[in-house]
Amino acid sequence: MTQEEIIRPENKVYSRPELLCDVHTHYCPGCSHGVVHKLVAQIVDEMGVADRTIGIAPVGCAVFAYNYIDIDWIEAAHGRAPALATAANRLNPGRLVFTYQGDGDLSAIGTAETIHACNRGENIAIIFINNAIYGMTGGQMAPTTLLGMKTATTPYGRQAELNGYPLAITPLLAQLDGTCYVTRQAVHTPAAVNKTKRAIRKAFENALAGRGTSVVEIVSTCNSGWKMTPDQANKWMVEHMFEKYPLGDLKDVESKTK
Amino acid sequence: MEEVKLMKGNEAIAHAAIRYGADGYFGYPITPQSEVLETLAELRPWETTGMVVLQAESEVAAINMVYGGAATGRAVMTSSSSPGVSLKQEGISYLAASELPALILNVMRGGPGLGTIQPSQADYFQATKGGGHGDYHLIVLAPASVQEMADFVALGFDLSFKYRTPAMILADGIVGQMMEKVILPEQRPRRTDEEVRAQCPWAACGRGNRDHKNVVTSLELDSAKMEVNNERFQATYRRIEENEVRYQEYFTDDADYLVVAFGSIARICLKAIEDARAKGLKIGLLRPITLWPFPTTRIAELSKQVKGMLTVELNAGQMVEDVRLAVEGAVPVRHFGRMGGMIPNPVEILDALASNFDELKL
Amino acid sequence: MKEEIVIAGFGGQGVLSMGKILAYAGLMDNLEVTWMPSYGPEQRGGTANVTVILSDAPISSPVLDSYDTAVVLNQQSLDKFEAKVKPGGTLIYDPSGIHRLPGRTDITVVSVDAMTAAIELQNSKTYNMILLGALLACRPVVGIDAVLRGLKKTLPERHHHLIPLNEQALRKGMGLVGDK
Repeated sequence: MTQEEIIRPENKVYSRPELLCDVHTHYCPGCSHGVVHKLVAQIVDEMGVADRTIGIAPVGCAVFAYNYIDIDWIEAAHGRAPALATAANRLNPGRLVFTYQGDGDLSAIGTAETIHACNRGENIAIIFINNAIYGMTGGQMAPTTLLGMKTATTPYGRQAELNGYPLAITPLLAQLDGTCYVTRQAVHTPAAVNKTKRAIRKAFENALAGRGTSVVEIVSTCNSGWKMTPDQANKWMVEHMFEKYPLGDLKDVESKTK
Repeated sequence: MEEVKLMKGNEAIAHAAIRYGADGYFGYPITPQSEVLETLAELRPWETTGMVVLQAESEVAAINMVYGGAATGRAVMTSSSSPGVSLKQEGISYLAASELPALILNVMRGGPGLGTIQPSQADYFQATKGGGHGDYHLIVLAPASVQEMADFVALGFDLSFKYRTPAMILADGIVGQMMEKVILPEQRPRRTDEEVRAQCPWAACGRGNRDHKNVVTSLELDSAKMEVNNERFQATYRRIEENEVRYQEYFTDDADYLVVAFGSIARICLKAIEDARAKGLKIGLLRPITLWPFPTTRIAELSKQVKGMLTVELNAGQMVEDVRLAVEGAVPVRHFGRMGGMIPNPVEILDALASNFDELKL
Repeated sequence: MKEEIVIAGFGGQGVLSMGKILAYAGLMDNLEVTWMPSYGPEQRGGTANVTVILSDAPISSPVLDSYDTAVVLNQQSLDKFEAKVKPGGTLIYDPSGIHRLPGRTDITVVSVDAMTAAIELQNSKTYNMILLGALLACRPVVGIDAVLRGLKKTLPERHHHLIPLNEQALRKGMGLVGDK
């Protein structure tokens, strides 16, 4: 069987989402960002809202998200994405506004903006990639870095007395009256990817329906920062990250009212 | 007939913002400018024009809300006072780098640090030389009256949209807290979505019918491209310098000496000069209305006519540096300032003129 | 015509609002006006003062070093502003709480016992209107009708029933000066 015989419309089981730009990303092989980008592009496609979606890109590895998904984007200063999203959404009713942030952006420098946007119940979706490390700046400690984990700024492992404890910020956000849906997912298996896709779609639908703030944390790997192969990183994530950051819904107001 | 009202400068800003058809205000309380947010909350423009008014969790969040709103092509503003404006510098640099229109009000109070809540002009350097990181300028307007507080909202927004660069109203506690007569502008409608898209084809407000995405960003890792970006910013600044210098002159026709002062302090100087003229001293006043772009050319011309210049400022000597750059050593340029919230009265200003220039001793 | 006035006392005595009412009256009479408060962190207590300028020509400086008229309502304010009244000007003070009397002889000094008068009216809130009445008796820079029109314009509708009481206080204050 030749290649031409295989590549036929009737044989097609998967294709790049239309909104995912046909460019090489700067992400490392094995990085979770690529999977989540694809999901975002797919969902915006499927919901048919590309004409009214505004993405807010963070500072961190996903800073160039705007090069990869074919929607309007605003690039935020480090940690300020929820503040931008607040105004972009309030000033432009009917738009789908989401932020895409990493753990340093969302749970260190942007803690105030995150908590207060959630507390005001801004009708936005927050996609939170938690890989327990600063990827873009070269593998420094994040608030979410696990105890004992070696990073560029904790070369002997994170110690509580020196660096404090790993911060699980999503449960904090779930407590706030302004959030309607808070969930923690991963993208390390096809099943997990499907669940994450449903979660992001739900978050986007909540935002458009004006139900309040949705937060989708995606526990992720950073195989470069962790200095592992992609496969090792996935295993390490399952063995170590999920204990501190267990998967599942933390809050779902919609399902409770049903 | 136009209705004459009596109100504080800070209140006039709020009324003028609504009447301009501004889309959003994002602020955080700080004395002496909290009346801006309070007045907007009292007037509830979201029920009339649809203007969004939001008390942010910090000045940092407020300026980044301005950034987010401006990036969608909306007319948005914030206000604060000196310590809060320091916090906003991050966002202001991003606004300038992303070539976004926005209006920022600084009702200056005495610093450095927490300082005092009394009037000051000590943020002149910060406002006119950029303020945040990188090579950029803001268009800086210095109101001297409550009427100008109201008028400069529209002027600031218009200039900022015309040149796609943020504008600042650099006021002080006097003009913020003082009540005077003011004629407010006519109510203008807010722009529709279609008008925003037409006026701001760059705006990231959702693709709509566009065949391409819009991205608002200040990031460019390719040095050659970032240099091109910087050259474009600088070209904009040169156009602004050529076209937007504004100032007001009093008694300069026959002046032997020139006082240069901005904002409410210029009015105190004017009274001092009126008193001096009654005693036969030929002193003139130049009040820069735009602090950036600065009236360099006009001051250079006047340096050929007068024997000396005195700047009067509520700081340790900031604008005096720009006057000296304009004069290029042609005549002595001296500075008289009060700091920490102290305000000079007209008698002190006459004394300062006399102590700096022998001819002005009575 | 140009009248440069300072009103000074404790925060809560109605210093700023008295100045505001005077400024509104000026607005009603088509005068140029500036109202420049001292502002502080305190909502109550502490010292407060306000400079009001009424003029038939544009006003340059809202900040002054001398005044045509000073209304002082406590000792600190008297100590601060007595020397700043222009020769031939007017100093109005409330004797309650004053232990050192003004000594200037080149100005008109008027004592107005507004506290007692307010007690007679059985409403302490009339205090500053009594003083305003006294001020207008000494320096008729605006008419009483302008003050009342200004009040009507600035007071919310639900407070309009208080205007007659304010008029009564104004006239009582004017009468206090007339008695001298």
